[in-house]
Amino acid sequence: MSGIPHDHYEPKTSFERWLDQRLPIVRLIYDTIMIPTPKNLNWMWIWGIVLVFCLALQIVTGIVLAMHYTPHIDLAFASVEHIMRDVNAGHMLRYLHANGASLFFFAVYVHIFRGLYYGSYKSPREVTWIIGMLIYLAMMATAFMGYVLPWGQMSFWGATVITGLFGAIPWVGEALQTWLLGGPAVDNPTLNRFFSLHYLLPFVIAALVALHIWAFHTTGNSNPAGVEVRRGSKEEAERDTLPFWPYFVIKDLFALAVVLVVFFAIVGFMPNYLGHPDNYTEANPLVTPAHIVPEWYFLPFYAILRAFTADVWVVQLASWITGGIVNAKFFGVLAMFGSIIVMLLVPWLDTSRVRSGRYRPMFKWWFALLVLDFIVLMWAGAMPAEPPYSTIALIGAAYWFAYFLVVLPLLGVIEKPLPQPSTIEEDFIAHYGGANDTPAE
Amino acid sequence: MIRKLTATALTTLALTTGSVFASGAGGHTEDVAFSFEGPFGTYDKLQLQRGLKIYTEVCSSCHGLKYVPIRTLSDPGGPELPEDWVRAYAAQFEVPDDSEDAEPGDTRPAKPSDHFPESADPNAPDLSLMAKARAGFHGPEGTGINQLIKGIGGPEHIYSILTGFTGEEKEEAGTTFYENKAFSTGWISMPPPLSGEDVEFDDGAPNDLHSEAKDVAAFLMWAAEPKMMARKKAGFVAVIMLIIFSSLLYLTNKTLWMPVKKQAKEAAKKAARKA
Repeated sequence: MSGIPHDHYEPKTSFERWLDQRLPIVRLIYDTIMIPTPKNLNWMWIWGIVLVFCLALQIVTGIVLAMHYTPHIDLAFASVEHIMRDVNAGHMLRYLHANGASLFFFAVYVHIFRGLYYGSYKSPREVTWIIGMLIYLAMMATAFMGYVLPWGQMSFWGATVITGLFGAIPWVGEALQTWLLGGPAVDNPTLNRFFSLHYLLPFVIAALVALHIWAFHTTGNSNPAGVEVRRGSKEEAERDTLPFWPYFVIKDLFALAVVLVVFFAIVGFMPNYLGHPDNYTEANPLVTPAHIVPEWYFLPFYAILRAFTADVWVVQLASWITGGIVNAKFFGVLAMFGSIIVMLLVPWLDTSRVRSGRYRPMFKWWFALLVLDFIVLMWAGAMPAEPPYSTIALIGAAYWFAYFLVVLPLLGVIEKPLPQPSTIEEDFIAHYGGANDTPAE
Repeated sequence: MIRKLTATALTTLALTTGSVFASGAGGHTEDVAFSFEGPFGTYDKLQLQRGLKIYTEVCSSCHGLKYVPIRTLSDPGGPELPEDWVRAYAAQFEVPDDSEDAEPGDTRPAKPSDHFPESADPNAPDLSLMAKARAGFHGPEGTGINQLIKGIGGPEHIYSILTGFTGEEKEEAGTTFYENKAFSTGWISMPPPLSGEDVEFDDGAPNDLHSEAKDVAAFLMWAAEPKMMARKKAGFVAVIMLIIFSSLLYLTNKTLWMPVKKQAKEAAKKAARKA
């Protein structure tokens, strides 16, 4: 699979040879788990395994939950209570599934920001990055639809608000929204199709994950130094890499176990902390909750959605240019999707030839500000849409776009990067050799 | 249709001004030290039994517990009442008769496998999940991240409502409202349900207003989260096992990488000598 020269599978017994000629599945598994992996990967490279674990956890717990859940507006809420009270270990399954979504998003955000810092999206890994962003989009769709299924107040009103976004699209919006909902408002057809798609999408994600892994196994992993593995010969490559099994499997499993200590402490001791209390009240189309708030992992983008109100000059300009077609609501929707699209385009927006942020003295600060911006937006998204929060959200949203559209293209031109190590081996020795030029990450 | 629905919703909201959704807005909730708070907190079986008595004799005249199966009163980690007692207890409720020869509208005495009845007064909300639905998960009730230690805040809110009446009343559009310090809008349509000495306990436990409010709040917490003790136990076992497991993996990882790191150290030394 990998372009890095390494030992390949050699069938030893006659049965293995027989099978290998007919279906080289053992070869595929061997070459996948023995892939040469850069020696110098730091602890930020463990989140991929955590994410694979999350997907497996969500699928396994989700399949069992689906056996006991009833997707009908009159029965859904009660069937969740049935799971919580009557199904063996049902309360545990549900809490694992609900908090599993939070762990999934926490891990994916660290994973994405790791990629942004170490320039993992840069050539030749653009396809890996884009597939990763598609996985993220599919995760958001899955999580959103999953949150509707318990049919609590936030389920219902969250669904109403989010599908309303599609209604903001000029001309086709209302028809599109009706088509998505299966009727004029969130109702039984909506719940049924969300259940169906919530069951389907994780398998789409699994397929995308396979492509994601295939893509970076073709290019080789990125690494904290940002220099490529030497590929001149197997011996040369082996000085930069170690096989994934056992070195990185054990390392990643250790990290996963530590993450799971925290995860199980949350599931066991405060499983509702990340949820909203209103979702323990059955959905009621006649009573609107005081604050409709999405789950924490959507808050930064929710803040961007709400930041562009009619009194912002950019919105007024857009409205004037388009003759009112782009109103504040539609502008907000465009901004929200745009904030993800700029991430998708980052391989071409970043003009710097230096891959790792470690050797980019100016980039480091802008990146740190982006992380801070993300956290501030998350906080602003949870607050009511009124001053001063709306102003903070607007500044946050503006920086989000500025980072991708202005800062990254410019930095590549004006920044003077630090010297990089010439090989991964050199970086690794510098880190572990005692003579420490590169600080430990 | 949507516009109509939204308009209705907004009108309802304007009329009730968020009275149904206390969590997150207004109202003063007092912190109460319940036995079930914190990672090791457990339900007090006798307190749950007292709370059940208050629920049965006072609350149930208006409110229901429709998601709670009566049989769970004898489950471990709950009030743990004897099964024959629960059978007798269930028989006091009348539920729709589901037998083959029953006429529509016929009722029969409830069995332990039935659920508690729904609210007798349609305006009184069901209490099955009230302790979780009114929880201050994110801190409005004064319990943010420290809910790990101080509990979720829902039972505290129930306690504060029950003890928060000031005695003032007002009438608006034919409905009487009662002033309540803990309620989000300050005025609640529920008349004060407890005044102290509303029930007598066989074991002579205190039945003043505050003790009663605490007992029934604890009972409603159990009703909302009946598997809490099993959950905490499972969480505790999982955390301990994972700590052991991660320690072993740490040592394995260290041993595995030792030769690789040693090699790097030697290479660095060699390079230093050359220079």
